[in-house]
Amino acid sequence: MPAVQETVERVRRIDVDQYRYGFETLIESDKAPKGLSEDTVRFISAKKSEPAWMLEWRLEAYRRWLTMTEPTWARVNYPKIDYQDIHYYAAPKPKKTLSSIDEIDPEILKTYEKLGIPLREVAILEGVEPPPGGEPSANRKIAVDAVFDSVSVATTFQKELKTAGVIFMPISEAIREHPELVKQYLGSVVPTSDNYFATLNSAVFSDGSFVYVPPGVRCPMELSTYFRINERNTGQFERTLIIADKGSYVSYLEGCTAPQRDENQLHAAVVELVALDDAEIKYSTVQNWYPGNSEGVGGIYNFVTKRGDCRGDHSKISWTQVETGSAITWKYPSCILRGDNSRGEFYSIAISNGHQQVDSGTKMIHLGKNTSSRIISKGIAAGVSQNTYRGLVTAHRKATGARNYTACDSLLIGDKCGAHTVPYVEAKNSSATFEHEATTSKISEDVLFYCVQRGLSQEEAVGLVVNGFVKDVLQQLPMEFAVEAQKLISISLEGSVG
Amino acid sequence: MNVVLAKNETGRALSESFAVVRDRLPGGGKIAEARNTAFEVYDRVGLPHRRLEDWKYTDLRALMREVLPLAAEPDAAALKQAAAAVKLQAIKGARRLVLVDGVFAPKLSELEGLEKGVTVRTLRAVLETGDAALQTQLFTPDNANPMVALNSAMMTDGVVIEIANGVVLKQPLQIIHVAGGATPAAIFTRSLLRLGEDAGATLVESYIAADGVKAYQTHDSLIVAIGDNSRLDHVRLIEDGRDAFNISSAAVTLGAHAHFNTFGMTSGAAVSRYQATIAFAGEGSRVETNGVNLLNGRQHADTTLFMDHAVPHCASREVFRAVVDDRGHSVFQGRIVVRPDAQKTDAKMMTRALLLSDDAEADNKPELEIFADDVTCGHGATTGALDESLLFYLRARGLSEKEAQALLIQAFVGEAIESIVNDDLRELAIAAAQRWLEARG
Repeated sequence: MPAVQETVERVRRIDVDQYRYGFETLIESDKAPKGLSEDTVRFISAKKSEPAWMLEWRLEAYRRWLTMTEPTWARVNYPKIDYQDIHYYAAPKPKKTLSSIDEIDPEILKTYEKLGIPLREVAILEGVEPPPGGEPSANRKIAVDAVFDSVSVATTFQKELKTAGVIFMPISEAIREHPELVKQYLGSVVPTSDNYFATLNSAVFSDGSFVYVPPGVRCPMELSTYFRINERNTGQFERTLIIADKGSYVSYLEGCTAPQRDENQLHAAVVELVALDDAEIKYSTVQNWYPGNSEGVGGIYNFVTKRGDCRGDHSKISWTQVETGSAITWKYPSCILRGDNSRGEFYSIAISNGHQQVDSGTKMIHLGKNTSSRIISKGIAAGVSQNTYRGLVTAHRKATGARNYTACDSLLIGDKCGAHTVPYVEAKNSSATFEHEATTSKISEDVLFYCVQRGLSQEEAVGLVVNGFVKDVLQQLPMEFAVEAQKLISISLEGSVG
Repeated sequence: MNVVLAKNETGRALSESFAVVRDRLPGGGKIAEARNTAFEVYDRVGLPHRRLEDWKYTDLRALMREVLPLAAEPDAAALKQAAAAVKLQAIKGARRLVLVDGVFAPKLSELEGLEKGVTVRTLRAVLETGDAALQTQLFTPDNANPMVALNSAMMTDGVVIEIANGVVLKQPLQIIHVAGGATPAAIFTRSLLRLGEDAGATLVESYIAADGVKAYQTHDSLIVAIGDNSRLDHVRLIEDGRDAFNISSAAVTLGAHAHFNTFGMTSGAAVSRYQATIAFAGEGSRVETNGVNLLNGRQHADTTLFMDHAVPHCASREVFRAVVDDRGHSVFQGRIVVRPDAQKTDAKMMTRALLLSDDAEADNKPELEIFADDVTCGHGATTGALDESLLFYLRARGLSEKEAQALLIQAFVGEAIESIVNDDLRELAIAAAQRWLEARG
């Protein structure tokens, strides 16, 4: 396994608690004043030149939010968040109106370059295009939407996507250009009253991605959004809405990073997926927000609501996530299996090290007939971190023939960390077949001894075992992400061995 | 829980009921004080509801429609009724302790030839005249659980059994809880079993109703302390009346190299909840807990287990089976906690539910909470219907649909029942399961 060698090399080069993406970009930015009030909501809405109905929608969410209390059921501890001490909107100060990518602030472009995200479309030379019937993946392209603090700075490959009929744009633009689609679907999966953080997001979300794939279209390339928090004292509230119309397919990738800071920053996103008849959405996340330093100071609070609605028959939604960052993760990508014969999948690797706290999992809600779901969750806890899997599988009375398979395994590295499993399995239908299994263990001494005896160092051996442990999930990631994820895993675990 | 919900009618009625009976409850001074504190703790939450995580699936505010007055001392008629019911439950050779409507009934009890080193007293006697240490132990269960707190406040009677070091009981001890009163009432009991070092015993708890006794509420709790190198086998059978409530708790602690084997089966009661906390206090101990729910009609049965691995080198096994028919609702909540430093813990939990009808419901919540790394822990949960191909196989060999189902159900619950070591007790459990299957028709 060459990748393992590579990860181990990488681990060696990096000191403990070194976060690769911790740099800060110095650019001028335009911020909303600190604090949250109706005026803040109006300010954001005005900044985005939103129509009146959108403002009304936000205000309604804000008023609802005022009546709600912060949830406390998750196994995470953090000091009370002062919601009045956050900037709810920060945008890189525009020098002038942008007409092409060349006009984006070079500092931002540099940031993305440092992150390894190409925002420039690499022109395909004539004659190099793959021959008909040839291997298309040899020349894979990814369309990227880059979100910097509160605004989307660039979306690549717009033209090519337009030819295919795919709409991929910042959601703020979509609200203006495709109000009928946004009106129909926004909040239909995660209603504004859903939970504390989702409601807050509904009131103050600033940007995010919007994807619409028309009937029968297989999106010609992977779509990707890269989120970056840069400003100090800001919260990031992005909103993603993906609609796969009948018989379409789309694969969407999401990555995130933030600078290294002593303060905790709030990230409360909402992602809504809608799959109509025979449609399929594959949503992959590599979450690498700043996790705080080795003392547990700083880091991002990642309180995210992600939900997919398999609204049509034979539809499918698949979540894959690699969670390595954030001081606190509170995230449960879920599937509502409404259509008959629909399918939901959840593949997760959650790694916690240092003082990180992860409370993540999924919900599979079986409503339609012959719906099936699969949950594979791998939790790895090291340092003094706490790693919790919390999942719900439920079959409604009418969900005849519902099937679920759940496997959640936890690996403990060190004796100061904790790994927890809190599954809820609810069957209200006799023909539902649910299987759930969970194991927790440490890396077997025998296995390590076997590897070391064959010439691997202790670290290499752990790397080998961990990579084997998470293999089932890594296989589900698109190729580009799988490589990145594998590297991330090795970085997150560094310092936990020996 | 950050929202304190307003109390419903039932909760209020209970508060008033405590005020009325407070002075009649056994034990003065410190005991009365402890009762008051417990009731205050209970009163702050009231009847547990679904917004409390622990009671998510058993919402007593919805299920307990009316609160019943505290049971009166059983009269002659009740005792006579109870005697008949007890006869059917008697185990050959077992020492019998009978509680009728929450009051110890010496005439129905059978303690002949009790081994030396075994003392049996009533809770009432211990609360009124017992030593302070024992009284303190009786108040050890955690009042954080509202129904435990209510029990602490209201307990009227029960049995307190002490088994000295080195004494191994040859015959089982059987505690029979009988509801015998003609008027519907609430029964509050608490019992304690203290097993010394190198000792051994078998304890059977049966919950039944006399003929014709229908709506009543049983609130029981059991405190067990198992000494070093001791072994306790425990069987509890809930065959309460079909309109009854049974809310029971158990708090078990194990010393070093101790062994606790427990089996529980619920086939009676309209609503039942068994909440057990098993804590390891000494190294090298082992616990096997097995449970079966057999439900039909509109029965609701909840088993909530908390396995506390506080010390290293202990092992626990949990096997739970639920068979749910009609509109029955089975709940299993199992929580295994491995505390920091409880290395070399070996904990397994397996829960399976069999749904026999489209309106049946089974909820499983097997939880693992692990703070030590050198452990092997696992849990599994399955839910499903009877295997069509197995049914077909049996049908093809001439069994009727019902017979085929019965055979498969027996096999399904068999795995849990087989854990009972004592042959007579195993037969007793099998007979209870048989009764349920026959009643199913």
